[in-house]
Amino acid sequence: MAEKSIVVEGLAKNYGDFWALNGISFDVEPGQIVGFLGPNGAGKTTTMKILTCFMAAAKGKATVAGHDVYEDSEKVRQKIGYLPESVPLYGEMMVYDYLRFIAEIRGVPGAKRHDAIKRVVELTGLGPMVAKNIMELSKGYRQRVGLAQAIIHEPEVVILDEPTSGLDPNQIVEIRDLITEIGKEKTVIFSTHILQEVAAVCDRIIVIDHGEIIADGTVDELSARVAQSDSGLLVTAPSTRTVSSRLGGLPGVSAIEELKVVGDEALYRLDCRDADAARKAVFEIGNEIGVTEVKQHQPSLEDIFRALTSGTGELAATEPRAARPTKDYAPPADGDDGGEEE
Amino acid sequence: MKNIAFIWKREVSAYFTSIVAYIVVTLFLLITGALFWLSYFQEINLLSMRSFFNQAPLFLAFFAPAITMGLIATEKREGTLELMMTMPVSDAQIVIGKFLAACTLLFVVFLTTLPYAFTLSGLGDLDWGATIAGYVGLMLLGSTYAAIGIMASSWTRDQVVSILVAFSLCFGLYIIDQVVGQPTGGTAVAVQYLSTNFHFQNIARGVLDVRDVVYYGSVIVVCLAVAQASIASRRW
Repeated sequence: MAEKSIVVEGLAKNYGDFWALNGISFDVEPGQIVGFLGPNGAGKTTTMKILTCFMAAAKGKATVAGHDVYEDSEKVRQKIGYLPESVPLYGEMMVYDYLRFIAEIRGVPGAKRHDAIKRVVELTGLGPMVAKNIMELSKGYRQRVGLAQAIIHEPEVVILDEPTSGLDPNQIVEIRDLITEIGKEKTVIFSTHILQEVAAVCDRIIVIDHGEIIADGTVDELSARVAQSDSGLLVTAPSTRTVSSRLGGLPGVSAIEELKVVGDEALYRLDCRDADAARKAVFEIGNEIGVTEVKQHQPSLEDIFRALTSGTGELAATEPRAARPTKDYAPPADGDDGGEEE
Repeated sequence: MKNIAFIWKREVSAYFTSIVAYIVVTLFLLITGALFWLSYFQEINLLSMRSFFNQAPLFLAFFAPAITMGLIATEKREGTLELMMTMPVSDAQIVIGKFLAACTLLFVVFLTTLPYAFTLSGLGDLDWGATIAGYVGLMLLGSTYAAIGIMASSWTRDQVVSILVAFSLCFGLYIIDQVVGQPTGGTAVAVQYLSTNFHFQNIARGVLDVRDVVYYGSVIVVCLAVAQASIASRRW
């Protein structure tokens, strides 16, 4: 038995000419909750598909629960629970029958099956739904059935691909609590493109983009790095050239960008070398030029990436990213990872 | 082995909880029944199931793909196959479990035609040997078509493509010895050997020859192996 729950070394995978993964390496300690953070198409799903033995890697090696995913695929598959992003379930089956089928296939011994089902039904709050057909369930309940099947056999490692996508805010909170609950005993890897989610649930975050790991650390480490480099201000002021040039010329401000114009006012984003100095300066001239609002700029995923990559001296690589439409989080219905099977 | 049984059980109950099984049984009974009894009363002097066994292969070429078309294609489309492949089940177990489930449904369909035989035996002296052989032949033929159907189902995620491909293959194998005019020599042997109908008629005559059984068995094995490989190819 290896000590680590998951060891990944130089994993790479291509779909034709497109390299979805460019040799990533990381390892995970038992009992950790690890969040995979990255935009759609970053390689999160591909990594998970390799770890769950659904796909083989083009290069590199991965070990899950002490077994190689390629050489010892069946042993790995006995020790993992997996929930794919699309939450594939057999719609015509009743929840109870479905969970029993999964327990059978997962090798839960006959005498323990009923108890195992009872345990996961309680844990996921599926009680009122056990006698319903899966196709009648709401998205939130389907997600719970998906989680229930992933943990019914008490796997060592649980891999969840975007477990909260497409859910409403209440359901998201419930699913997060569930993941925290599961993570008390097991190693959990889950992917998301929502920053708050990893911050709320994970011990550790691996940020992945363009098939490469661009940051890896605890939530605190990561947010410290982000806070350090993100020091923008959002200023609402009249939309005139003089105003924008005066704001841009303030001490501590390194760049100014007009984000949008509403009536005769505009929303400016100030990139700051020194946020405190810049804020003071804005207030000093605020009345004179007619500033109506000043806000700290909330970092978007995009900003986080920019912050993270500039920290490692790869600023050039982030340029194309700025043009990508991930300013607001991409709609959850989007398929992940350009690498759809087939 | 246990895994095969679990998958078989799930598929059989899926057949009977959905409407598929009932439609297939009803249509098969309606069509073969109507044709059988219509032709039966035109040849009232002959007490045998031959006319039923003569047309069954043609209908099976359609019905078997109809019950197998979704077995793998739907699971591919819904993504449930992906989940299944991350469970400790081998691809071969998945394919065999599904194949046996399809055979089970066919078996039930054939059972429902038994009243024909009993009705006939009430009218006179039915040749039970030939009748039983005919049913064995039907089962072999049905299983072979089911295996072809599963193979076609593993090639696509679209049920329509799946049934069309499977039907073409089944129908092709059914008709091959009739389209090749008056073959002689080697061609005749080859064409007859490939024809599902030729082997079926041998058995339906009441002669259970090993060669015919080997033919069906080998087609089944080849088709299931291809289906297994086409699922497994995603792991490479």
